[in-house]
Amino acid sequence: MSTIDSERDDEKTAPIEEALGRIGERISEAEAASEICECRQGMFALAATRRQLFGGAGLVAAAGMTAMMPRTGAAKAPPGAVEYPVPADSTKEQGRMMGEDGGYGARSQFESEVRWANPTRTASFTPLQNGYGVITPSGLHYERHHGGIPNIDPARHRLVLHGLVDRPMKYSLADLKRFPTVSRTYFMECSGTTGSEIMKAREPTVQRTHGLVSTSEWTGVPLSTLLRQTGLKPGAAWVLAEGADAAVMTRSVPIDKCLSDALVVFAQNGEAIRPEQGYPMRLFLPGWEGNISIKWLRRLEVSDKPYYTREETSKYTDLITKTGKARMFTFTMEAKSVITFPSGEMKLPGAGFYEITGLAWSGRGKIAHVEVSSDGGKNWSLAALQDPVLPICQTRFRFPWIWDGTPAIIQSRATDETGYSQPTHQQLIEERGPLESGSLFYHMNAIQSWAIEPDGSVKNVHPLG
Amino acid sequence: MCTRSADRPTSRQMAGVLTASVLSLLAAQAVAHAQGYPTRFEFGSPATEQEISAVAIAIPADGAGLPPGSGDYARGKAVYETQCAACHGTDLMGMAGLPNMPAGAQLRLIGGRGTLASKNPVMTVESYWPYATTLFDYVRRAMPFASPGSLTADEIYAVSAYILAEAKIIDKSMVLDSQTLPRVEMPNRHGFVPDPRPEMFK
Repeated sequence: MSTIDSERDDEKTAPIEEALGRIGERISEAEAASEICECRQGMFALAATRRQLFGGAGLVAAAGMTAMMPRTGAAKAPPGAVEYPVPADSTKEQGRMMGEDGGYGARSQFESEVRWANPTRTASFTPLQNGYGVITPSGLHYERHHGGIPNIDPARHRLVLHGLVDRPMKYSLADLKRFPTVSRTYFMECSGTTGSEIMKAREPTVQRTHGLVSTSEWTGVPLSTLLRQTGLKPGAAWVLAEGADAAVMTRSVPIDKCLSDALVVFAQNGEAIRPEQGYPMRLFLPGWEGNISIKWLRRLEVSDKPYYTREETSKYTDLITKTGKARMFTFTMEAKSVITFPSGEMKLPGAGFYEITGLAWSGRGKIAHVEVSSDGGKNWSLAALQDPVLPICQTRFRFPWIWDGTPAIIQSRATDETGYSQPTHQQLIEERGPLESGSLFYHMNAIQSWAIEPDGSVKNVHPLG
Repeated sequence: MCTRSADRPTSRQMAGVLTASVLSLLAAQAVAHAQGYPTRFEFGSPATEQEISAVAIAIPADGAGLPPGSGDYARGKAVYETQCAACHGTDLMGMAGLPNMPAGAQLRLIGGRGTLASKNPVMTVESYWPYATTLFDYVRRAMPFASPGSLTADEIYAVSAYILAEAKIIDKSMVLDSQTLPRVEMPNRHGFVPDPRPEMFK
């Protein structure tokens, strides 16, 4: 096992990189024994993340030791962090003055979780494996862009509301903020999430299988408030929403949704929404596929029919290969859950107690219960749900588990308040037909399986082999 | 969770709220003793015809709002080769391996008829798109990738004619304009069904 005795940063990072390269490798019993020890020492006392703790033997030591070592020089800080020197004894000198951060805080230089971007750089995935609670930090909220991230000056941005209305209006960000607002904590999920997993296990980590889902507190104005101001003409049945990005992203929304819980939001987790989330304002349609919550919202046009835009015909329609017909306007994200710990590419240091934890959510309302299985779905037990269980919001579940060191397959199954339960892969394929090009399998909410091998390594496995 | 009484603002807060005249019907349940929210607000400003037409570019399936102009296969071929072929391929089959671009199969524009009821469907303008107006609308708003929104109406009609003719949906002699484009019958026009979910799993 690697240990660190140098004070130089480049030498310190080398064992981490070496250990990262060893993820998934089998390790010797001697190594496993020392790993248990190191893990227990490091589990809570040190500034190592779970991935570092469970990622591999060398990594555990590297991460743990790094946190304790004097840190000199100006090594490159992780994104969102600032590198500061680490004193040998933090009690023997004054810490840095407040305000050195310019008044906007940064995370610890020892934390390095980041979104993972797909090779085409059109989507990035939330690191669910190291998330806590249900709120996704704004900087880790998943992204899906169709024309990049536009840089919009809010002073010049206007939202135009027109079409079958009595009074066409335009609103600046300042105008919008004068209306009565609401704040709601909602999940948002891309309809393509997990689609690539329908036929076989393809992605190694929960970040890559399920990371196109995130939860934030969103603040904005109910769209119904704006529509009350403009009035609606007879025949108003749909609202076209359009973004100010290079794709001029456009979707048609049924008027019922616009008059119920639809929001035009300008804040996320207590501050302005991030540019990649639609700054200065976006549509938010709770419980519906993320794509329809148009970002950088510049226009809402009330009409008597949908527009059949590219994003609701060519894409974001669900081809049922069993029949050759495609489902259109499939808005709702149905009940789904996933175990985030332990999950793919982690490594349990040995038999013993673990708290299995994960997230469950449903676009139809509250999560009613989550069941956990550790034998591949033969037996199920109820998990504890973290209060408060909010509608259309991720719910954290936890399940105490003693691993006996033998092979196990852990799964979670969510049921929402409508009584709908997550299906299996087999059920989804029987219902909709097989689809090899899995990224097109929208609304894939099958029960996820993680296999735990005798050496403690955790792998993504598929029930159909 | 908060109780109802805890949701009630203090009198001082209420005074501020009243002064600012930002009462809302939505919060009225929690502040039932307040004067209530107006049903409408005077924020924002009227949008003029000019302001609306500057952004109202969406074309519905019946073609309403299609701009003047026209284009045909020959003109469209020239537009395609200079503006589209780099990503979609000179054969309209999609270029594979482009950096930071979708896979070649997703850039493919033609072919694939008869494959939708298979586990390897080929979904293109030809095999999948239900409306020709969507092609015009999308090209106008989002293409070409390097300079979106830069084509003239004539060029968009022309390149639409080129793609639809290469897809053997229209004849190469056909001229597309605001009258003819909406009448193009796409092969998969009736290939879509409403959302039947929640599914009843066996």
